[in-house]
Amino acid sequence: MSDVKLVEAPPGVEGSGFFATSLDKVVGLARSHSLWPLPFATSCCGIEFMATMGSHYDLGRFGAERPSFSPRQADMLMVMGTIAKKMAPVLKQVYIQMAEPRWVIAVGACASSGGIFDTYSVLQGIDEIIPVDVYVPGCPPRPEAILDGVMRIQDLVRNESLRRRNSDEYKELLAKYGIQ
Amino acid sequence: MGKLSNQAVLHKITNRFGELISVPTEPLGLLTFETNKEVISDLLAFLKSDPELKFNYLTDITAIHYPEQELPIGVIYHLHSLVNNVRVRIKVFLEDANPTIPSATNLWEGANWMERETYDYFGINFEGHPNLKRILNVDEMTVFPMRREYPLEDPNRVDKKDYFFGR
Repeated sequence: MSDVKLVEAPPGVEGSGFFATSLDKVVGLARSHSLWPLPFATSCCGIEFMATMGSHYDLGRFGAERPSFSPRQADMLMVMGTIAKKMAPVLKQVYIQMAEPRWVIAVGACASSGGIFDTYSVLQGIDEIIPVDVYVPGCPPRPEAILDGVMRIQDLVRNESLRRRNSDEYKELLAKYGIQ
Repeated sequence: MGKLSNQAVLHKITNRFGELISVPTEPLGLLTFETNKEVISDLLAFLKSDPELKFNYLTDITAIHYPEQELPIGVIYHLHSLVNNVRVRIKVFLEDANPTIPSATNLWEGANWMERETYDYFGINFEGHPNLKRILNVDEMTVFPMRREYPLEDPNRVDKKDYFFGR
């Protein structure tokens, strides 16, 4: 007896020997349960991420079992911690190295807005240099909050249109950040 | 070997440099005095190489900015004699526009990064430094952020009031 749970099939037409649904939904379903995270941890939020990755909270339950320490095989960039202005080009380079489709989650006050570091040397939120999909508040956020952020990313992934990354709107967004 | 007293250290230094050493004090037991940028190289070399004093360890180089003073920018050296278990602090005050002082990198390799940091934050030009460029801040930065020439945070700013954050 296994207690492995399967995700529910997306809505579709079912008959004997076939099941029809839209490709978007199938791809979204598969992607959302195999997000490979790239942790970009620079400070205390990174410690919370370690707890999130650990057995007690276990990010692996959400299909994010394999933290990818190369951006080239990662789907989800998790930025955790203060990003100094000197670090900004590094972070941007990491983002550019990721293959589409890619998602970004800004964990904690510093990554989202600069946090308490309202100063000349700190980037006031990573959305000044790369587009961000989900912001997790907290200083630092608890692992539950990080998990919630990951689940929000899963929602985005599940419902994303396959053509979104080819749309003019998306290209305009990247162009706004000077990417590609 | 026992600790060398501050008075003994000061006596040896004034014997050698005389009037070039000024305002010696001992706040919290740390011998502190001022000199000028013409003397500082000789003084550091003397402190390091003197067979009795042996200030062989450069603890720190940093700087300070007192805008109200005639010579507003101070460079501060902390030396430690590991042999005699005694420390000294040396201050050199410089003019505001293009402050320049000889580098200590010929005496201590460790002065390299300390001087780069001091240049980065105070804009002090260490003559003879092999690679004087910013070390901590972004290269594109055009200001010297630790100088006292920037206003404090505007007390009237409202963008971080509690009610924006549900507090």
